[in-house]
Amino acid sequence: MAHEKHEKVDAVTGVATTGHSWDDIEELNNPLPRWWLWTFYLCIVWAIAYCIAYPAWPLVSSYTKGALGWHSRDAVEVELAALKDQRSGMTAKLAASSLEEIKQDPEMFAFARAQGKAAFGDNCAPCHGAGGGGAKGYPNLNDDDWLWGGSLEQVHHTIQFGVRSTNDQGHSGTMPAFGRDGMLKREEISQVADYVRSLSGLPTEKGVDLAAGAKVFADNCAACHGDKGQGMLELGAPNLSDQIWLFGSDKATIVEGLMIGRGSVMPAWHGRLDDTTIKALTLYVHSLGGDQNR
Amino acid sequence: MAHTATTSKGMTFGEAGSALAFGALAFLSIIIAAKAYTPEYAFHAYLFAAASVASVFVIVNRYYERPAALPPLTINGKPNYNMGPVKFATIASVIWGIAGFTIGLLIALQLAFPSLNFDTSWLSFGRMRPLHTSAVIFAFGGNVLIASSFYVVQRTCRARLVGDISPWFVVLGYNFFIVIAGTGYLLGITQGKEYAEPEWYADLFLTIVWVTYFLVFLGTVMRRKESHIYVANWFYLAFILTIAVLHLGNNATVPVSIFSPKSYIVWSGVQDALVQWWYGHNAVGFFLTAGFLAIMYYFIPKRAERPVYSYRLSIIHFWSLIFMYIWAGPHHLHYTALPDWAQTLGMVFSVMLWMPSWGGMINGLMTLSGAWDKLRTDPVLRLMVVSVAFYGMATFEGPLMSVKAVNSLSHYTDWTIGHVHAGALGWVAYISFGAVYCLVPWLWNKKELYSMKAVSWHFWISTLGIVLYISSMWVAGILQGLMWRAYTNLGFLEYSFIETVEAMHPFYIIRALGGALFVAGSLIMAWNVWKTITSAEAAEEEALPAQPVLVAAE
Repeated sequence: MAHEKHEKVDAVTGVATTGHSWDDIEELNNPLPRWWLWTFYLCIVWAIAYCIAYPAWPLVSSYTKGALGWHSRDAVEVELAALKDQRSGMTAKLAASSLEEIKQDPEMFAFARAQGKAAFGDNCAPCHGAGGGGAKGYPNLNDDDWLWGGSLEQVHHTIQFGVRSTNDQGHSGTMPAFGRDGMLKREEISQVADYVRSLSGLPTEKGVDLAAGAKVFADNCAACHGDKGQGMLELGAPNLSDQIWLFGSDKATIVEGLMIGRGSVMPAWHGRLDDTTIKALTLYVHSLGGDQNR
Repeated sequence: MAHTATTSKGMTFGEAGSALAFGALAFLSIIIAAKAYTPEYAFHAYLFAAASVASVFVIVNRYYERPAALPPLTINGKPNYNMGPVKFATIASVIWGIAGFTIGLLIALQLAFPSLNFDTSWLSFGRMRPLHTSAVIFAFGGNVLIASSFYVVQRTCRARLVGDISPWFVVLGYNFFIVIAGTGYLLGITQGKEYAEPEWYADLFLTIVWVTYFLVFLGTVMRRKESHIYVANWFYLAFILTIAVLHLGNNATVPVSIFSPKSYIVWSGVQDALVQWWYGHNAVGFFLTAGFLAIMYYFIPKRAERPVYSYRLSIIHFWSLIFMYIWAGPHHLHYTALPDWAQTLGMVFSVMLWMPSWGGMINGLMTLSGAWDKLRTDPVLRLMVVSVAFYGMATFEGPLMSVKAVNSLSHYTDWTIGHVHAGALGWVAYISFGAVYCLVPWLWNKKELYSMKAVSWHFWISTLGIVLYISSMWVAGILQGLMWRAYTNLGFLEYSFIETVEAMHPFYIIRALGGALFVAGSLIMAWNVWKTITSAEAAEEEALPAQPVLVAAE
C-alpha cells in the first residue's frame, strides 16, 4: 500500500492500517481470507447450477422450469402413489372381505390393526385417548362395557354413523334433564342418586330413604336403564349396576347428570374416512376390548 | 410563550411544533376513546391521550427550565454529546430484557405443563408467545440498538445528535409503542402476523417514531467531523432503513374504522405469506443481524483495544449480506403453496448468504488477534467473543436448514426453535450484554463495572443455560421430525401426533431449565448495572481527543 499517503503499520500484527480512525478505532488492511472467498464463490456456483436444474426464475407469465423437470407437487404425487401401491394388495383384500373374514385371516387382521391404529391415533385419540383409555365423558374402549354394543357389526355401525351425530343412521338416545326441566324434585333426585349408587354396591348417605329412591327409579329410570339398572343397548342407556362410570360415580356427578341430562356426541366417520379405513378402525377398536359381556 | 423574562428566549420550531402535534394527538385520542368500538381500544386511546398530554407538559416545562440558548454542539472544541436518551434506552433494555426472558420461561414451562396458563385468557400461550417474542426482540433488542446506535454514531462521527426533542421522541416514543403492543397482546389485540402483531394504529405511530429515528441518525452522520463513515454506522443505517421498508410493506392494512382496533391486510393468500416472511426473515436479517453487527463493530475493537481485522472484508461482507438477505425469506415457506421457483430462490440465496455472514464473524473474532489473552481477564470481552461464535454457528445452521432436503425434516419442529435461540440467546443477547456492560460505566463516568466477578457468573450461568436450551431443542426437533415421518413396514404412520408431543416432554423441561438459568444471569446483570450506577468508583474526567490521534505518516 505504498501509494497510500497515510500508511501506518500495526505493531502487533505487522499489517498496515487503512489510516482511518474513529473514536480511536482503526482498521487493518488485511486481504479477504482466501478460504472465505473461495467458499463464497463455490456457494455462488452451486446456486447457479441449482437454478439451472430446478424451477427458479419468474418470467412474465411463467417461470424457468429447470433442466430436471422437477416439480414439488409431482413429487408428492409420486410419493403418495408409491405408498398406496405398497398397501394396494392388502387394501383391496380388506375391501373385498367381511369383518369376520378379516378377523379370521392372520395376515389381513394384522394389516387391519396396523391401519386402524394409525387412523385411531389421528382421528379418535383426541377424545378416547392414545390407547383408547377414554376420559371423563369419553368411553374407555379397552374395557368390556359397551354403550352401543361391542360386536364387530355394532362397533362398525357406531364408527360409521356416530352417536347423536348429524347422520340419520347414527345412534340416538337422550337422558332427560330431570332437574332442569322440573320432572323431579331436588329431594327425589338426591334419593334416586343414592339408590343408583346402591345398585353397584357403593355406600349411600346415612339415613337416606332407599325405598323412595327405588320408587323414583322405577317410575322414571327403569324404562331405559332397566328395572335392575342393567342398561339397554338399543338406547345406549348405560349399565348402572357395574363398576364402570362414564362421568363418575360420586353422588355430585350423578346428581349433576340427573339435573342437566347427558348426551355426549360422537361424530359419524362415514364420508370422512374411506370404507376400508373404517373397517380397519372397527377391527382395531374391537381388538381392544370388543365382544365381551354384551 | 415567546414573551418570557429573557427577551431572546423563544420556543424553537421543534418545541412549538411538537407541543402542538401532541396537543392535537391528545384531542384526537380522546375522541377515539369516547367512540371506540371495544373497551380495549378505548383503553389504548386513553393511554395515547395521557402520553400526549404528558408530552405537552414536559415540552413546555422543559422550555421554561432551560437556558435561552440550546446546548452547544461543541464545548472547547470537543463534541458535546447528547447521552440522556442513550442512558434511558440502556436502562430500558435491561428492564425489558428481564421481562421478556421471564415470559419466555413461563411459556417454556407452559409447553411442558399446560396448566400453567391458570385457565386465564391473559396468560394463555397464544397471548404470551407474541408478548415474549416482542419483548425480547423489539423491547430488549430494540432499546439496545437505539441506545448503542445513538452512542456509536456520536462517538464515531464526533458530532452531537441532531435535534433537541427528536432523540427523546425516538426513545420515549419507541418505548411507548412497546407498551401499546404488549398491553394489546394481553388484551387480545393482534393482527395475527408473526413478529408484526400490533394493530394498525400502533404501526402508524411506530412509523412516525422510526422515520424520526432514521432522520436523527442520518442527520448525525451528515454532521460528522470524520471524512469517512465508520462501518458500524453502515450497518446501523442499513438496519434502520430496511426495517422502515419492511414495516410499511408487511403492515399495509385497511382499518375497519378509526374507532376500531381491527384492520385487514391488503395482501391475500400465499402472497400475504410471502410478504410476511419477506418481513419476518429480514427482521432477523436487518434487526437481529445488521443492527447487532454494528454493535459488534464498535464494541469489540473498543473493548479489545485492537483495530478491526479487515476493512476490505467489512466492505464485501456488508454489501453481500444486505444484497442477499432480502431474498432469503421464502425458505420459511418450503413445501407450501408458494410456487417452486420462489422456494428455490429463497433457498439458493440463503446458501449464498453463508459466507457473507461469516465475514462478520471473521472480522469480529480476528479483531482479537494480538489480544486473545484479554479473554482470560475480561469477562465482558468473553461475552462478546462467545456471542460472535454463536453468530457463526447460527449462520451456518441457517443456510443448512434452508436446504429443502434438510428443511423437510426440520420444518415445524423444535429444531427451528433451537436454531432461533442459538442466534437470539447466544448472539443477540450476548453481544447486547457486552454492549450494556461497556456502556454503563462509560455513560455514568465510572472507572469500571461494580463487579467483574458478577459478569463472570452471568457469563457461565447463561452459557450453561444456552447449551441446555439448544441441545435439548436439537434432540427434540430431530426426534420430532423423525417420528412424524416414520412409517411401519406395512406403510402406515408409526406414531400418532399426540405420541410425538408426549416424546417432547422431557426436552421441554430441560429447555425450561436452560431458560431459568438465562433469566438468573440477566438478574445478576441488572444488579450489577444498578450497583455500577449507584456506587461504583467514578472515572477521571475523560480526555477526549479533539483531533484524531492518528497522525498520517508522510
